[in-house]
Amino acid sequence: MAADTQKPASAFAKFMAMLSPGARVAAVVLVLLLLAALFAPWIAPYGENEIVGEFWEPFSARSWLGTDQLGRDLLTRLIYGAQNTFLIAGTATLLSFTMGSFLGFIAAVSRGAVDQLLSRLNDMMMAIPTLIFALVILSVMPSNLIVLILVMGILDSTRVFRLSRAVAVDIAVFDFVEAARLRGERTLWIISREILPNALTPLFAEFGLRFAFAVLFLSTLSFLGLGIQPPEADWGNMVRDNRDGIIYGIPAALIPAASIAMLTISINLIVDSVIGRTSSLKGGRDA
Amino acid sequence: MNAEHNILRVKNLQISASEQIPGQRPRQIVIVDDISFELGKGKVLGLIGESGAGKSTIGLASMAYGRGGCEITGGEVWLDGENVLEATPGEVGKLRGAKVAYVAQSAAASFNPAHRLGQQVIESALQHGLMNRDAANKFAVDLFARLGLPDPQEFGDRYPHQVSGGQLQRAMTAMAMCCRPQLIVFDEPTTALDVTTQISVLASIKQAIRETNTAALYITHDLAVVAQIADEIMVLRNGKMVEYGSTDQIINKPREAYTQSLVSVLANVKPEAGDTAEEAVLVANGITAAYDKTNMVLQDISVELHAGQTLSIVGESGSGKSTLARVITGLLPPLDGEVIMHGKPLPPELKNRSKEQLRVLQMIYQMPDVAMNPRHTVSRIIGRPLEFYFGIRGDEQRSKIIELLRKIELGEEFYDRYPAELSGGQKQRVCIARALAAEPELIICDEVTSALDTLVADGILNLLMQLQEENNVAYLFITHDIATVRAISDTIAVMYQGRLVRYGSKSTVLEPPYDDYTELLLSSVPAMELGWLERVLELRGQLND
Repeated sequence: MAADTQKPASAFAKFMAMLSPGARVAAVVLVLLLLAALFAPWIAPYGENEIVGEFWEPFSARSWLGTDQLGRDLLTRLIYGAQNTFLIAGTATLLSFTMGSFLGFIAAVSRGAVDQLLSRLNDMMMAIPTLIFALVILSVMPSNLIVLILVMGILDSTRVFRLSRAVAVDIAVFDFVEAARLRGERTLWIISREILPNALTPLFAEFGLRFAFAVLFLSTLSFLGLGIQPPEADWGNMVRDNRDGIIYGIPAALIPAASIAMLTISINLIVDSVIGRTSSLKGGRDA
Repeated sequence: MNAEHNILRVKNLQISASEQIPGQRPRQIVIVDDISFELGKGKVLGLIGESGAGKSTIGLASMAYGRGGCEITGGEVWLDGENVLEATPGEVGKLRGAKVAYVAQSAAASFNPAHRLGQQVIESALQHGLMNRDAANKFAVDLFARLGLPDPQEFGDRYPHQVSGGQLQRAMTAMAMCCRPQLIVFDEPTTALDVTTQISVLASIKQAIRETNTAALYITHDLAVVAQIADEIMVLRNGKMVEYGSTDQIINKPREAYTQSLVSVLANVKPEAGDTAEEAVLVANGITAAYDKTNMVLQDISVELHAGQTLSIVGESGSGKSTLARVITGLLPPLDGEVIMHGKPLPPELKNRSKEQLRVLQMIYQMPDVAMNPRHTVSRIIGRPLEFYFGIRGDEQRSKIIELLRKIELGEEFYDRYPAELSGGQKQRVCIARALAAEPELIICDEVTSALDTLVADGILNLLMQLQEENNVAYLFITHDIATVRAISDTIAVMYQGRLVRYGSKSTVLEPPYDDYTELLLSSVPAMELGWLERVLELRGQLND
């Protein structure tokens, strides 16, 4: 709780100390992936779309993970793909959280008609299967990054809305919220100062999971040809492009698939560990 | 006493809990240390102490049970000639329910709402194979009758939500007695009940223990209650024994200073203020209110309160006293009547009140734990009203906060603390400071001492009275505790089922002749003397044995 009084230099070390051993490994993996994405042009052995050899070459000293269906270096594509995956999934998740939690808190604090309106609109959105909704919109709208992020973020925010409303309703019944109301505080102040700090733990946990889902969703969209457009690299994209190789015993599709799995599992491990620790601090309530 | 005649023998009991602060190694802290006592057949031992004294932990340890994180690290517990700490889990399972049973504080939380009471009462007797279903049912009916439950034949067919809190607590006692255990552990069985209900539950428990010749451990924080039921009393503090003796000795001739402080009642009583010609700070005029427009929770309540005075609202749960506070604060607009402050009616709804109208009316809550945002520091909690109402920021705010901290007898070192780092009494003090920061004319105190230990509560009351003298602030004091009312009030309003049954100055309300309800209420408050229970019951002619 007193973490914000600590020096920022030790914040990461403290964070690591409270994780389980598995989650520590996951944190290292995540940081490595993040670094790879950030410094892609400097660390990638080749250019993103550079053809370095025959198609579907096996592992070799020249290209460590072999080549893809066009003879591009797989490792290079993976590194550049991480860039896209992190950027799009990250922004979409941030968007869905800002929107979803803000509206969820408003609904929980105002109750009554505002709550009904927001919640029923949200139900309507949720009633339509996400993937089909996304497919329809993306095939009509121009295919660019911003549309993709907006669609992913807005669709995902319905889930965040549900969670944050439920969490905030629980917090809003506490006397300290009533005290703020009696003081005459405005709704926005109550949301940002009284509700948000107490809702951060479950929201953070959800953020990790939602990010993982966003990665998977982006991969699905790319796999269906509506996500990131070729020739740009993206992990889901790479699975689709290389899937025919599996018939001939070529593992090129499995490597980006394994990367997606690794990222998702890492995030889940960290989030699980964080939930476990913080909920026990609150008095052992099981998450 | 010969050891063979003792049902329970506890020797040098030590219980530890492991505590882990994130980022540090887990460490063991001793929460109960070196406790020894013996308990014979048909005897009742009262375990008394403040919260954190270890009394419940000891009670559970006598059933060879440690709450999550607790571990029995030393000593022996002999139950009917068997060392239960060395028993295998299977043996302990046979013991619990059959030889030793437990009655928890909250019966409502301990019964399964989906099953009938009778079924739950006989469950453990069937499980332990002590009797068949017919015999068990018959025995349960017998127990219901003995515990004074209405309609004992049919009582078992009801669901938990169909009976009152007092009846549920008695049903739980029946459940504990159903296996004819040799020892029953009562953990604060009457604490959650109103005084008027407490008295009958207490009488039932006492009678049932006598008749079945069961040994009992009676855990409570209320010395007056335990004096009525226990043969011996052990006073505990911070997991250590303070004093152990017969009830008579503890109540009438306490040796230790701590016990003496528990026995002595509120020392200073505020002299009643005389009539003032001044205009009242607050007038509630014919308030009628309901939550769903049909069930009247308040009917035609009219009270008034002058500057620097205290109006106490007394009544049992459900009498509508907290609802009155909600009406005054504007959280629940009344159906009829008005709230007048300084001669001007307040808008019934909170959102229509001005900042100034909100400022003069502050509130202190029952549970300080949830009345403060756990993520805000003390300085932020106290500083916000300063900033919000007066626009005080920066260094000026800092010095104001420190001044307020001094006023509530806490030092500057509390400035940066979080609520979790404060004790219960300190938390309530910070809540008082938050209310004071707004420089209010009226503070509504909603059961502000009922969640606190006796000594801490006394400190809070003294502080409130002192602040009243200094700042001439009026208090609307909501409580169910008559002793508190006696100590701090100028005027008293007694409420029953949403109506005002008695209202006037302290001297007129607390002096006979009483109306029926006030009489019942006042006579139900346990007195710190032996034989009080019998005397009251005899007076009421309710005990028919």
